[in-house]
Amino acid sequence: MRIDPTHGIVGAAGPRVDGLAQATGTLRFLDDLAYPDMLWGKILRSHHGHARIVSIDTSRAEALPGVHAVLTGADLPVAFGLLPVSQDEHALAVDKVRQVGDPVAAVAADDPDVAEAACELIDVVYEPLPVVTSIEEAVAVVDEPIHGEGPRDNRHREVSLEFGDVDAGFEAADHVREDVFFYQGNTHAALEPHGALALVDETGRLHLWSSTQVPHYLHRIAAKVLELPEHRIRVTANPTGGGFGAKTDVFSHELVAAKLALVTGRPVKIVLTREEVFYCHRGRHPVLMWFKTGFTADGRITAMWCRTYLDGGAYGSYGAASLLYTGQLQTTTYRIPAYRFQGARFFTNKPACGPKRGHGTPQPRFGLEIHLDKAAEDLGLDPVTIRKRNLVRPFSTTVNHLRITSCGLEECLDRVVAASGFADKHRSLPPGRGVGLAVGAYMSGAGLPIYFNDMPQSEVMVKVDRGGLVTVYSMAADCGQGSTTMLATVVGEALGLDPGDLKVVTADTDLTPIDLGSYSSRVTFMAGNAALEAAMKLADLVLTAVADELDVDPDEVAIGRGVVTAAGRELTWAEAVRIAEARWGLLSATGSYKPPKDIKGDYKGAGVGPSPAYSYSACVAEVDCDPETGFVTVEKIWLAHDVGRAINELLVRGQVEGSVHMALGEALMEEQAFRGALHDGPSLLDYKIPTVLEMPPVETILVESVDPEGPFGAKEVGQGPLLPVMPAIANAVHDALGIRVDEVPLRPDKLLAALRDLERGGEGRYGPTKLPDYEFRSPLPVEPPPEFR
Amino acid sequence: MVEPQVEPVRLEVNGVTRRLFVAAHRTLLETLREDLGLTGTKHGCELGECGACTVLVDGTPTLSCLTLTVEVDGAEVVTIEGLGTVGDPHPLQRAFAAHGAAQCGYCTPAMILTAKALLDVDPEPTRTEIAEAIAGNMCRCTGYLPILEAIAAVAEETR
Ligand code: FES
Ligand code: FES
Repeated sequence: MRIDPTHGIVGAAGPRVDGLAQATGTLRFLDDLAYPDMLWGKILRSHHGHARIVSIDTSRAEALPGVHAVLTGADLPVAFGLLPVSQDEHALAVDKVRQVGDPVAAVAADDPDVAEAACELIDVVYEPLPVVTSIEEAVAVVDEPIHGEGPRDNRHREVSLEFGDVDAGFEAADHVREDVFFYQGNTHAALEPHGALALVDETGRLHLWSSTQVPHYLHRIAAKVLELPEHRIRVTANPTGGGFGAKTDVFSHELVAAKLALVTGRPVKIVLTREEVFYCHRGRHPVLMWFKTGFTADGRITAMWCRTYLDGGAYGSYGAASLLYTGQLQTTTYRIPAYRFQGARFFTNKPACGPKRGHGTPQPRFGLEIHLDKAAEDLGLDPVTIRKRNLVRPFSTTVNHLRITSCGLEECLDRVVAASGFADKHRSLPPGRGVGLAVGAYMSGAGLPIYFNDMPQSEVMVKVDRGGLVTVYSMAADCGQGSTTMLATVVGEALGLDPGDLKVVTADTDLTPIDLGSYSSRVTFMAGNAALEAAMKLADLVLTAVADELDVDPDEVAIGRGVVTAAGRELTWAEAVRIAEARWGLLSATGSYKPPKDIKGDYKGAGVGPSPAYSYSACVAEVDCDPETGFVTVEKIWLAHDVGRAINELLVRGQVEGSVHMALGEALMEEQAFRGALHDGPSLLDYKIPTVLEMPPVETILVESVDPEGPFGAKEVGQGPLLPVMPAIANAVHDALGIRVDEVPLRPDKLLAALRDLERGGEGRYGPTKLPDYEFRSPLPVEPPPEFR
Repeated sequence: MVEPQVEPVRLEVNGVTRRLFVAAHRTLLETLREDLGLTGTKHGCELGECGACTVLVDGTPTLSCLTLTVEVDGAEVVTIEGLGTVGDPHPLQRAFAAHGAAQCGYCTPAMILTAKALLDVDPEPTRTEIAEAIAGNMCRCTGYLPILEAIAAVAEETR
């Protein structure tokens, strides 16, 4: 059912409901909580990349005055992991450490200095093991794999799928091209370091606060690791000082704080240092990738073969899903009639990678969009034409069985090309100056939950008191994206109330009904739909009661801005709800959202990639490159995004601009790089992030395709706009200097190397040339949907 | 552990005189957040890299994580709590909310104080001057553009 906004609340550009709390410093983040009898926890971490723990002696630490508890792996022996298929972590290392920064022991003490001093008094004897730090090393069989026993390679998972006849597609092609790309890993660097606080409450239940984006998953895993029933644990997610996926995993410090609170009976807080945050990571996977695509002479894709190799770091984390994401969404922007995807993720002795904004899709998107640009050049086509010849159609199915609904991709492309003057600038700007184009798509929420179940992904409850105050209850965690404001706006629109006049209770497993978490851009679509359903039911209760009371036809009663009108009469909202409460008793309603079942295929791996709707983006970047220094200055970014409908335009634009900023860092400077197993510079000084001085103007163009299933037609905006920016910049560098840098970050030294290559008569390229010596198993054939047969 | 030396200190915090005994190694950040309960001041690194802990010391934006409390004995310190409240916000606080200059809000208190220091000495800054003033303040969420707008809007208002 499509519901149109009529009150001017959805679509406005009002402030966040917590905007003034943020600006006055009164929004409480995790570390802003404290209890009078609180202890401070500290984790002792490994400085070895790979080592067996021979012994741990905690006696000197325990003897230190002010120390209340010391824990080791033996105290928390239950393995966990966010995905059911990857239960490979321990809150404190058991037997072995697998990366620098692995948690080994923990202390609770009267103050942070004592806790730190106590950690230094814990004597750990390690037996160092050989470290594996690259994919090349990880494909080799070794005596001591990072996980598992006995000689084997360090492969974590592999996927090998084929949809349609790819070889026949290459046969039928007029032109086939192959390219290799590398996407360096990078990290979220949310400004707030992670933290957790736990206490045992007056009824003996554990209460765990955390700067997490996923209170529900933390709740489940805490119960498992602490060996307590879920109903004995309450998890509250504080507003997080930035997430971007950094806080979608469950971490040692959360479980350790809880255990320390249980052991000591005192509140315990642990806040990570910035260095610890770099080692916790779970950010962008380094991905080596290879594309082979067949084209007709006029630029239509006949078949594509994509291979990806992921450097996963020390643990599974979300990696099994990340791996599939590097292959699944290529088909959501271009119609690919036959597609083969082979990918493998490897363990290395480095911080585990996981989901960062765009989760597994920015890497292949980078490769694909450059690959297409190169093919266009081969075929004598311009970058717009080759894309237009292949655009996915609205309301279609992809060869890998993803359901496409609303799709504003063509409008995004047209508008960004027009606004930037791309056609006039491309190949025509003075040397050193160039424009580049790319597109992308992203999910409005993962279609499947992380653990198998048939229950809703989001539930919302609304309740009204006699004064007319509407309270919205949802577990959605606000990590800055504005989910709380979104909920207030959706319910406000349905009830004709100003979002700032609603109360929203969020992210607490005791108080709020389920929401799976702030990941995969799922909250607006899923919690928004649940909120809309609850609000519409509530509206119905109020309208029916008023109609009965005034004895008028229900069709004559309507909700206005803060009022209910009935056959020429006007009641205030508060008057109307009192009539309804008299009629029905407690005024409340609930809504639930579960994605449709028919959005996915039926093959192993089909669970990753489906979404109830995809957002679309197109980007043009204009750059100025200095051939002397190799330095790239981004002059301007034009970004068109199909958000379905903007629930709040201010917040939507903010997500676009923030995505551009993060993308700029990924494209030009950010890298989670290592010397052996040691991070190259785990600090905000060494890890370069664009400052305000590097930020170019951004022209944001919002395209509203009004999705038939989104709340008021809305789709996601938090992640999608990042995707096309990196390849657009790389394509612009090519336009500016005639060189190709086929990896991120596009550092000056790489541009200079490519320029030197060009001067010496080479093709002017910097980037990987070969693939690891790794044999994929033969692809599993999957019958494509009928329209491709 | 050796018991740290404790020294008496007097600070004017948000217009109120505070007399405390602090350890010599205690940072102003710790004093403000932990001893005085002024948690509006944030921290992202405690190493002088991110700017999130900026407060005004005698009117100058100062990284409280790199400042020892004993160093600023006698100084006037302004934190975000000294600017305004939700009910009665400072124009910069209102503008940050109205322009979407805060997403997660973690960099916001420091950003606002830095902007205040700029506008106090230069009520009509150019866009470049605003950018230069906040160049030491990291924001990972907004891409800075709405922050520049919010500060420019306040400068415009007071013109
Ligand atoms: S906390 Fe980062 S500069 Fe002070
Ligand atoms: S608003 Fe999140 S860091 Fe600036």
